[in-house]
Amino acid sequence: MSHVPAPAPLNPVFGRLTLESFPIHEPILIGTFAVVALLGVAILGLMFRFRLWGWLWREWLTSVDHKKIGIMYMILGIVMLLRGFADALMMRLQQAIAFGGAEGYLNAHHYDQIFTAHGTIMIFFVAIPLIVGLVNYVMPLQIGARDVAFPFLNSLSLWLTVAGALLVMASLFIGEFSTAGWLNYVPVANFENSPGVGPDYYLWALQIAGVGTTLSSINMVTTIFKMRAPGMTLMKMPVFVWTALCSNVLALAIFPVLTGAFALLMLDRYVGTNFFTNDLGGNAMMYWNLVWIWGHPEVYVLVLPVFGIYSEITSTFSGKRLFGYSSMVYATVVITILSYLVWLHHFFTMGAGASVNSFFGIATMVIAIPTGAKIFNWLFTMYRGRIRFELPMAWVIAFMITFVVGGMTGVLLAVPPADFVLHNSLFLVAHFHNVIIGGVVFGLFAGMTYWFPKAFGFKLDGFWGWVSFWGWVIGYWVAWTPIYIVGLMGTTRRVRLFEDPTLQPWFIVAGIGALIILVGILAFVIQIAVSIKNRDKLRDTTGDPWEGRTLEWSTASPPPFYNFAFTPVVHDLDAWYDMKDRGHERPAKGFRPIHMPKNTGAGVIMSALSMILGFAMIWYIWWLAAVSFLALIAYVIWFTFDYDREYYVPADMVAADEAARRALEARA
Amino acid sequence: MTKAPGKSTRIGRKPRASQGAVAAAPASPTFYLVEQEEDAHGHGSAHASPTPLGFWIYLMTDALIFATLFATYGVLATAHAGGPTQLELFDLPLVALNTAFLLISSITFGMAMLDMYEGKKRGTMGWLVVTALLGMAFVGVELYEFGHLIHEGATPQRSAFLSAFFTLVGTHGLHVTFGILWIGVMMVQVAQRGLIEANRRRLMCLAMFWHLLDVVWIGVFTFVYLLGALQ
Repeated sequence: MSHVPAPAPLNPVFGRLTLESFPIHEPILIGTFAVVALLGVAILGLMFRFRLWGWLWREWLTSVDHKKIGIMYMILGIVMLLRGFADALMMRLQQAIAFGGAEGYLNAHHYDQIFTAHGTIMIFFVAIPLIVGLVNYVMPLQIGARDVAFPFLNSLSLWLTVAGALLVMASLFIGEFSTAGWLNYVPVANFENSPGVGPDYYLWALQIAGVGTTLSSINMVTTIFKMRAPGMTLMKMPVFVWTALCSNVLALAIFPVLTGAFALLMLDRYVGTNFFTNDLGGNAMMYWNLVWIWGHPEVYVLVLPVFGIYSEITSTFSGKRLFGYSSMVYATVVITILSYLVWLHHFFTMGAGASVNSFFGIATMVIAIPTGAKIFNWLFTMYRGRIRFELPMAWVIAFMITFVVGGMTGVLLAVPPADFVLHNSLFLVAHFHNVIIGGVVFGLFAGMTYWFPKAFGFKLDGFWGWVSFWGWVIGYWVAWTPIYIVGLMGTTRRVRLFEDPTLQPWFIVAGIGALIILVGILAFVIQIAVSIKNRDKLRDTTGDPWEGRTLEWSTASPPPFYNFAFTPVVHDLDAWYDMKDRGHERPAKGFRPIHMPKNTGAGVIMSALSMILGFAMIWYIWWLAAVSFLALIAYVIWFTFDYDREYYVPADMVAADEAARRALEARA
Repeated sequence: MTKAPGKSTRIGRKPRASQGAVAAAPASPTFYLVEQEEDAHGHGSAHASPTPLGFWIYLMTDALIFATLFATYGVLATAHAGGPTQLELFDLPLVALNTAFLLISSITFGMAMLDMYEGKKRGTMGWLVVTALLGMAFVGVELYEFGHLIHEGATPQRSAFLSAFFTLVGTHGLHVTFGILWIGVMMVQVAQRGLIEANRRRLMCLAMFWHLLDVVWIGVFTFVYLLGALQ
């Protein structure tokens, strides 16, 4: 009541969007904008120069091919990684210099936006797109399917995620972003404390992207259950498919809760309800509980598929079947279930009482058991294997060393009395960066290096790959060890200035570590550029450059858009190894027309309308919100009247592709 | 979850070499699906349509949103902040009438589906109309109830209890409204193309959606209204 929005008269056309909404007084933002604008103009110029618009629209934006959608997810994730990492560098610089009365170079409002945006972007628009992208690309190939269960939905999921990312990026130059931390905590994010657009940008961006993620998970789970090649029973699925399944089931169990929590906060901010307010019965801790019911399992949504990647790579590069396949599957399922039962450990200090805290503390520690089982499975897979120390395998080893430390500090934090001391400290921040960088990020790089030749037909450049690897691994340890130490000494997180000058050396070292990670990131970008330049030298004509064991390596690199000319029949785990082992013969004739989904621009259009709706709601441009909402509903209904969404790929075309592949193999 | 079929899939026990020896004896097994029957039914005869499973999973995510709202209501139901309580606000006979509308609408949708399976287009359409009318009656009574409450000063902004109440019941009402719109769209599509396979599949999804709303409403009626009247 006291905080019903919009006290000032609104401009009927632009809502609360005024000239002051543009941060022209912030030199850092102006500089960033100039760089982004220059890059944007350069890209647009090239697009016009080479007349690429039609190609872009036909081949990519409207594509429902799971492989292209996967690649676009990866591009989104990598671009947003650069943004999120720029935020990280700014924080490290600020914390390295703001000592003994020095203010640093960031004002408090700007600094708060940066740490909020960094976390939000890294989880929602880097980690999730990269994971979803890899699952999208690899999983259907691994189960011998020609596409996902709902190809159009897949396209819609991607573009909704892009729409969310664009809204976050827009907040950089139009208005501001939330200052309430990466989960947009109340009471800071309540209307009375943050009446600006920041939390609204956060909420709308994540609601739109969250719908995309939920739809994507529905799609992946259905695909795994309904589209597997004949003979592939559940216990013959590659481990990556299993982990993707568990991860997506878990996502389905948590994203609706996040959607619900954000919807309630939106109602508080737009309608003036009292869910999380400080008066009239509102309960801020209700929000914390709901977002952490999402938040804790979310880290397992991210890390489970990565465990799958490590399993595939360890097995392939050890030349051995994975040790303890079924225990790996059960461990994954157990982690999936347990991860749903631990959320309260994020706020032991809430005061729920000793019994509740004990339950959640013990449940948290128990997760270490199945996770430890996985580590031992990987070690035993390597044991007596013929290990090839190529780049993907190096990432696995770096992961095992780094991640185990993160796991142990996690168990330490799970002890409620210890957590009372370490809650909200930099020790915690170091812990989750330890598991997310050492677990998820290393695994994503391993996966990208491993499957890149499948997606593009040539390997990634070795030299720059190793530079990137050492940059990340050394950089991680240099950047985060000091943070562990100052955190253990009691330094709290999200702090802009420090009084105690003895802490400064630690933060300077951490800053140097961040710069070493920067080397790793830049080397990765250079690696891709160099690899594209030298693609003929790095070419793989076999489709199976690593002596792989699973079905994705049985088809050409890059695979034809229908994936397999003939659906493979599975007899054993490691189906492709089995096929090679028992002398399979690829049929040279008998091709049949293949039924495939048609491309559609509906995903792009629906997402664009959603983004306009979000933008209009953020800025209280009510007329535009109403128009875009009605347009969205009308367009969705109109779209359902199109019944003709599939077509046949002629058998001749399949035969021609296969002949070309044989010619390529013969030449190699 | 399917169980691992038999011992042969136990992994890690069987050394690779013995498998090679086994494989050498018989002819190489089939590794490709060459003799696929004519692909007349879309996604290949090997796979039934994935839509029902996918839609079920969607419904479960929707149920989880409701679970979130139920939990929120459960926590905030006593947070009256000095404002009106359940006992002072709820008009049970009216809600009982509304419950009857919705439960009967589920039966009429069932009748529509029975006619659909028998290929009776007119019967299907007729029952869909009845269902939509019952749904509209439900939404109408709910809007009347909301209007009445707001008129008495029991607005969603008044207390956390009322925020949670309006949101839970209102979200359900929005779902019913969306269901009515969907029934309208389906009626046009059935009129245009008849009870073709695609339309049957869509109607089946719509039916599941409608019945889920019934289930949720039973929860609302019990947990919010009946429990509120007991306080």
